Amino acid sequence: MDASLWKIFIGASLINNFVLAYFLGICPFLGVSGKLSTATKMGAAVMFVMLIASVCAYGINALLAAINAPFLSLISYIVVIASTVQLVEMFIKKMSPALFQSLGIFLPLITTNCAILGLVLFQTSKGYGWLQSIVFALGAGVGFTIALVLMAGLRERLDFAETPHMVKGVALTLLVAGILSLSFMGFSGL
Amino acid sequence: MLMETLTKVAPKNTPDSSPKKKGRKPADLLSNDEFIKGLWRENPVFVQVLGMCPVLAVTNTAENALAMGLATSFVLLMSNVLVSSLRNFIPKEVRISSYILIIATFVTIIDYVIQSISVELHKSLGAFISLIVVNCLILSRAEAFASKNTIGKSVSDALGMGMGFTFALLCLGVVRELLGSGSIFGWQLMMDNFQTWIIMILPAGGFFTLALWLLLFNGLQLKKSK
Repeated sequence: MDASLWKIFIGASLINNFVLAYFLGICPFLGVSGKLSTATKMGAAVMFVMLIASVCAYGINALLAAINAPFLSLISYIVVIASTVQLVEMFIKKMSPALFQSLGIFLPLITTNCAILGLVLFQTSKGYGWLQSIVFALGAGVGFTIALVLMAGLRERLDFAETPHMVKGVALTLLVAGILSLSFMGFSGL
Repeated sequence: MLMETLTKVAPKNTPDSSPKKKGRKPADLLSNDEFIKGLWRENPVFVQVLGMCPVLAVTNTAENALAMGLATSFVLLMSNVLVSSLRNFIPKEVRISSYILIIATFVTIIDYVIQSISVELHKSLGAFISLIVVNCLILSRAEAFASKNTIGKSVSDALGMGMGFTFALLCLGVVRELLGSGSIFGWQLMMDNFQTWIIMILPAGGFFTLALWLLLFNGLQLKKSK
């Protein structure tokens, strides 16, 4: 039991990294990865929403199976995610207005972060139990944070590099992401 | 990235703001300008960089890319129509949640439609059909365009953006399938001794191909501005 949980965690965080292998959550990955400090906090916020959404989705699945209405699943997931994000937003605004400022528009946009909905869908299709779901969410959150932090570190360095005018902006970030993705493939041997 | 685009695009789209339209008939239901801008000038992928997840994830073959593009276009069209027709009824405070609910409904429909057409296709697209819900492109068109414009204009906007999105997906899909498996739409094109580039089907290939297309577009634009 322990070993299989560990396997889920490593699988979600490194081998099948959500950002670099499944392309989920690319928008914040390209948008918030400019500064290292913001990237870390964004990662933490996303991980928290993932945990709550994952537990709620487990409950929703049980409920929808009971009333025999599987076609409502997508709509219920998105409602849960949207309300959790609203909760996190209010919490951060109250506890740390500075952080709220620095995350800016990307905080409410966690709702449309594919990584979270993707996590919920994968966990449903793989038929995880509640403990496995939590570990899966934790792994995915850690993986997202790792990718975001790595990218932010690289981009802080790249700011000082001399790059041709044509490459500047999204194209450069995508090239770096491609190389990162290649290096993460090395983990598949684990 | 979404909101940046919203603020960038929004002022252009407000009615009567563009002087170009003066010579046009006011009752131009399917206005050409709204249609063409999505195809090229404001292409959702190459210019606005929206909806990246499906662009990178399902473009490993041209067939997947086409199916994804059409499914997204359908959801975009239907949600634009509904949002535009309800634009005077939805209260401002809950508009984003209402848009997401509208989009989720249509995505559920297209999910079942694809499943009934081809189980194989449904399998190869996998979770990415459901993930159309969180495609920033659709939400941004609902917020920036459909909520402010008439149904006719929203329809042509959705058609243009949908075509532009499909076109971009095909651009990536064709390149990746040709280099990764030596074929297009399953038709063998390369000669027999062609060594396939496995990397093109792998995730990293998606990042590289998109980066190269963006470079091409940047280069074209730089040349134009000179």
